[in-house]
Amino acid sequence: MSIQGGQNPASEALAPPFAEAEALGSAETPTQQLWRTFRKDRLAMLGLYVLLALLVVALVGHVLTSFWPIFDPVTVRLPDKLRPPLSPASSSLAKDLLPPFHSYPFGTDEFGRNVLARMLQGSFISLSVGIVAVSISLAIGLSVGGLAGFYGQRRLGPISIDTLLMRFTDVVLCFPTFFLILTVVALLPPSIYNIMIVIGMTSWMSTARFVRAEFLALREQDFVTAAKALGLPEWRIIFRHMIPNALAPVLVSATINVAHAILTESALSFLGFGVRPPYATWGNILADGRSYIFDAPWLFLIPGAAILIVVLAFNLVGEGLRDALNPKLRKRSG
Amino acid sequence: MADESRELLSIRDLHVDFATDSGSVSAVRGIDLGIAAGETVALVGESGSGKSVTAMSIMRLSEGRVAAGSIHFQGRDLLNVPAAELRQIRGGQIGMIFQEPMTSLNPVFTIGRQLEEVLTLHQRLNARAARAQALELLQRVGIPAPERRIAQYPHELSGGMKQRVMLAMAIACRPRLLIADEPTTALDVTIQAQIMALLRSLQQEFGMAVLLITHDLGVVAHFAERVLVMYAGKIVEQGSVRDVFKRASHPYTQALLAALPDPLKPSARLSAIPGRVPSPSMLPPGCAFCARCAHAFAPCAERQPPLFAIGPGHGAACFLKEQ
Repeated sequence: MSIQGGQNPASEALAPPFAEAEALGSAETPTQQLWRTFRKDRLAMLGLYVLLALLVVALVGHVLTSFWPIFDPVTVRLPDKLRPPLSPASSSLAKDLLPPFHSYPFGTDEFGRNVLARMLQGSFISLSVGIVAVSISLAIGLSVGGLAGFYGQRRLGPISIDTLLMRFTDVVLCFPTFFLILTVVALLPPSIYNIMIVIGMTSWMSTARFVRAEFLALREQDFVTAAKALGLPEWRIIFRHMIPNALAPVLVSATINVAHAILTESALSFLGFGVRPPYATWGNILADGRSYIFDAPWLFLIPGAAILIVVLAFNLVGEGLRDALNPKLRKRSG
Repeated sequence: MADESRELLSIRDLHVDFATDSGSVSAVRGIDLGIAAGETVALVGESGSGKSVTAMSIMRLSEGRVAAGSIHFQGRDLLNVPAAELRQIRGGQIGMIFQEPMTSLNPVFTIGRQLEEVLTLHQRLNARAARAQALELLQRVGIPAPERRIAQYPHELSGGMKQRVMLAMAIACRPRLLIADEPTTALDVTIQAQIMALLRSLQQEFGMAVLLITHDLGVVAHFAERVLVMYAGKIVEQGSVRDVFKRASHPYTQALLAALPDPLKPSARLSAIPGRVPSPSMLPPGCAFCARCAHAFAPCAERQPPLFAIGPGHGAACFLKEQ
């Protein structure tokens, strides 16, 4: 800008370098910039497509399995037990028991239940566990990290708020999380909501640390001082100005945490501590299939593959986001 | 005291301490400063002289602890107002702009949203009225095509533009006092002149008082009415711009003025002040400038010189002026 000899304000805007920058930049918001970089990562895009497909499958599956009787995942068809995938339904079945299109695309289990219907029900449960648990963990992590980062210097008696909150985080981090969840779930009545809450309450620590680290840096930034000088209340500075600036690493870890939550729920269901048996989740389909590994391998292969694909997709999207949010990589990729 | 009641801002004997690992350190050591409505006062000094700490203390934004003294704004004790009232004064009655326009705007929101936030907060405008007023403000601070700029993010604006936006936010609620903490330090000279001209026209239009913090004596000479020269947390000389520039009385002020390069003598060696500013943790018992002063004599090392009056409104804290 130093070569511009502007005497009036308008000449600054008319100078060539500025006009050029404006033509390039005015249309692109930070979100668009993120999307442009993200789109170049093919694996991440693949993950994103898988997740979008999963979302559709889970929603459609939830509607189908809840409201369409012939798709009911708990319907027992003993004559058709342990049918391999793609096999047709036997003609001896009563009419109202026949599966859609008279076939079992994913086969049947030891009670002749339609594995496709059970997988659909399970996908909705897996996804909702992942999303709800991560929402809970985000709420706790953002609050703890934000408070520790913003009010850290204040003291409550002999220790600072920062010490109090972060040492508490360290303590929770020291628990062997899975066994803690097992214990809590064993004590509570078996319910999918309890599982969501317990997973959420044991997975917020990394978020809290990220947010605290970001807040420590942001607190010293001029725009935070400027916001204070403009008389904005502290809660507004924290939630409207600092959290959006601290969100990038949190978003990445949240995406990967969804994968963790899905895995944890599957493991709990596999061990029999999850959702009660008539309801299907990928974990308990896998558990049921365990006894028929050699006779009916599809019973563990299908839910196993589903878990693998979904967890992988979440991780790929998370890593794609991390790269897209990294300004150094963004510059390199254009 | 009769004079004090007319003052918009009055700082009396302000001491600001910072806690460090090696104990408490004084950054500001007894400053008296009064600003009348509509007046422009410049606070000049090197880095570390305590001028920014003083400015931040007025807004209660300083990390330091006010150890002694008082700050009154329109009769209210700023150091003791409740938090809600303080928020209303900040941005509402005292505006502030900063040294670094590049980082003083929130990078994730459009400048329009940031302007509108201030307007809705302090003036309780609805969204449409805030939008209209934001456009008007952007226009007023000389931003071309404001209806397009209002939807842009800070990174799409140049430094000068950003400082204009900061100014628009600071004056959005027509404050009585504007604190400008080195507003042009980060800008290049041509933009600097534009911003200072804008500041002056806004000041005249709104009748604001301006406290200008700077180390640029050229800006002071053009812009301010009164100057206070700070050195190591104390005011060493104060007076009208004419008095301080024409009849500089403190050796430090004289040395500062002598250090300005003279464009008519390009080959002359630049003069510098020998030595360095004493660290605030190891201040001498006497005058803080003593060790670097060519005129130092017996009492300088032992006692701190009070501000001696030289003329009407002109004073210097130097024993040479003791009569």
